[in-house]
Amino acid sequence: MPTVWFILVGFMIAAYVVLDGFDIGVGILHIVLGHTDIERRMLLRAIGPLWDGNEVWIIAGGGTLFLAFPLLYASSFSGFYMPLMVLLWLLVGRGVSVAFRTHINSSVWTNFFDVAFSLSSAGLAAFYGAAFANVLRGVPLNSQHFFFEPLWTNFMPGAHPGILDWFTVIAAGVALVALSMHGAIFVALKTSGTMQVRARNAAMLLWGAVVFLAASEILATVLIRPMLKTNYLTHPGWFAVPSGVGVTLLLVLYFLAAGKDRAALYTSAAFLVLMIAGAAIALYPAVLPSSGNPQYSLTIYNAQASPASLRLALYWWLPGMAVAIAYFVFIYRMFRGKSAVYLP
Amino acid sequence: MEHQIILSRIHFAFTIMFHYIFPQLTMGLALLIVVLKTVGVTRDDQRYNRAARFWARIFAVNFVMGVVTGIPMEFQFGTNWARFSHLTGGILGQPVTMEGVFSFFMESAFLGLFLFGEQRMTKWQHWGTSVAVFIGSWLSGYFIIMADAWMQHPVAYSITADGQFSPTSFWGLLLNHWGLLEYMHTMSGAVITGSVVMAGLGAFYILSDKHQEAARVFVHVGVIAGLIATLFQVFPSGDAQGRYVAQHQPPTVAAMEGLFQTQKGAPMVVIGQPNPEHLTIQNPIAFKGVLSFLVYGNFSAAVKGLDAYPRSDWPDNIPLVFFSYHIMVGLGTIMMGVMLLSAFLLWKQRLFDCRWALWLLLLCVPFPYIANTAGWVTAETGRQPWIVYGLMRTSEGYSTMVSTGDTWFTLLGFMGLYGLLSILFLFLVQEIIRQGPEAPASAATVAPVSSPG
Repeated sequence: MPTVWFILVGFMIAAYVVLDGFDIGVGILHIVLGHTDIERRMLLRAIGPLWDGNEVWIIAGGGTLFLAFPLLYASSFSGFYMPLMVLLWLLVGRGVSVAFRTHINSSVWTNFFDVAFSLSSAGLAAFYGAAFANVLRGVPLNSQHFFFEPLWTNFMPGAHPGILDWFTVIAAGVALVALSMHGAIFVALKTSGTMQVRARNAAMLLWGAVVFLAASEILATVLIRPMLKTNYLTHPGWFAVPSGVGVTLLLVLYFLAAGKDRAALYTSAAFLVLMIAGAAIALYPAVLPSSGNPQYSLTIYNAQASPASLRLALYWWLPGMAVAIAYFVFIYRMFRGKSAVYLP
Repeated sequence: MEHQIILSRIHFAFTIMFHYIFPQLTMGLALLIVVLKTVGVTRDDQRYNRAARFWARIFAVNFVMGVVTGIPMEFQFGTNWARFSHLTGGILGQPVTMEGVFSFFMESAFLGLFLFGEQRMTKWQHWGTSVAVFIGSWLSGYFIIMADAWMQHPVAYSITADGQFSPTSFWGLLLNHWGLLEYMHTMSGAVITGSVVMAGLGAFYILSDKHQEAARVFVHVGVIAGLIATLFQVFPSGDAQGRYVAQHQPPTVAAMEGLFQTQKGAPMVVIGQPNPEHLTIQNPIAFKGVLSFLVYGNFSAAVKGLDAYPRSDWPDNIPLVFFSYHIMVGLGTIMMGVMLLSAFLLWKQRLFDCRWALWLLLLCVPFPYIANTAGWVTAETGRQPWIVYGLMRTSEGYSTMVSTGDTWFTLLGFMGLYGLLSILFLFLVQEIIRQGPEAPASAATVAPVSSPG
């Protein structure tokens, strides 16, 4: 049962990263790709009806974590207190920027929100990368499975790490460029003409950065957390997943060069999912490893809610999410195709 | 330690009080927009369709504020109340996640269609999207109320060997009787906010001699809905909830009423200042026997005062419980009076020319916000010292790993951010009100959408 919920929480995280990932990416590139007010409106129109639904995945995902692994939710949210609060402020600022920007015709007003939108999007991407790396690297859990991490200490992933060290900073960079690339491909898919060319070029440029940073991060992970290899060495079949990371990344470049934006977006989504899956396989059954005594690690067994909670939740969670996915298919079909070039 | 408990409580109180400014209006307006759309569509009355479009603009801005200030709430259980989250996640995680799964996905899907899709659909399809938005927002309220209700009145649970709460019945949890009463009272309160704001803005337009035709629709719908909701709020809703609280949280009711001593023919204090040091009410204006009647239907029945319970089980801030309860009831009564009067004048067809009555409607606009907030303060400080009533104390729930410095830092951060948001929000709302209901949906007022493929 806890394994089922491990997969479901992983599914929620992956869905969130893939879906909100592209609108975060568009946000990061908003002031880079959009040179004029009309171009920026065009970018916002591409994500306009979708971003707020995409963000629901983090709410539903957070709830699922609270429900299925209460101790993990309690320990990680209080331990990552500072960066989480900053994350919340970024989410607030970003949501308001998108929603308020177009309401008043004043270049001061719109410029303010354009920059706020880009900066908060970039901050979010970097935060997610760093958070992810913190989980991989492990945190200083105590015997009660709680911890508290300051934002930084000496920038070394040792026994008393901060949220930011060299390892997590690289991961922040990976997320920043990977989501930017994902967003640029989405822009290419939704636009035509100059903007499409600009977005494709940006995506190819970012592709190089993704390859370099992702490879460095995977290498660094193996170096500083050698025990993460265990699952792979005992079940070599799983090596398919990290190999898939490489394959999908190559395909992204191939489709971009061929001008097949839709295929490029799907492979870029697959790349993000496989990165997350690869990490999940390496961690399992741990969900938050201890950087000190391995006995203190949080696993799906010591963090799970009571069997009655997990059983009961499955009855409504699965049909509920099936309906939610149906809404998504409906909305995405409704708003498929190029977004209009000019807003009358 | 003591300091960190109170600081964590203020942290949550501040963010949730600011948050609830917005949902109370959007939940109320969601219903009223369905009413406007229904009249507009069935009678083909363009005044009502225009009114629905205008209120959809106000709704949209408030909805965004509700969403962005709501996301932090779900995270704050974990950040500031880690020990509480650990033990209650198996139960409270259910309604909290249901809110996301069953209502937020639905709302996000249909809101875009409702706001930007009117030209692309038949009028009945568009009406349908407004109903879907209404159902989504009222479902979301339901799940959150059920989560709060479990903390107020825990039911359908067992306790595992490691101290976690575990659910024993799905329907027991979702049909908690406390929650049903709380839901009626909360939603009716939201309708009051929606209708008082609608009537108040209509009165503002009539008084400033602008948009007369639309303004009359606003006042008309606002006053009728407001009358129904303010009456419902007192009876049966408030009455039933008061009795239920008296039955299951008697010290809370004693604190709300400032009843320190158990007595027969207990009085209802209308105005007064409780003195928790001397256990008296200062400067009371009270009606003897009325409290006994309200609780037991008998003017001479004995009602237990705070002295019947150990001090460790008293709410820790009796004056706050007392005042917030009295502010809620007082403002509720004033709004009911104004609505009765306005409805009478409306019936006599004199309301639109009666400037002082329109002024009253306009001046009522802040009251539902204050009353709803005060009601929540009553409920949540009245529950103290428990975080889960009778089972877990608030002092056992906060995050011990987080320092007071970190909590101060983020509390001040929220204050600054929300202060800035308030200014931007008011500026935008002011702009929508200035443009008025006849404004065409111009490029400046329409949020971005892409065209269907």
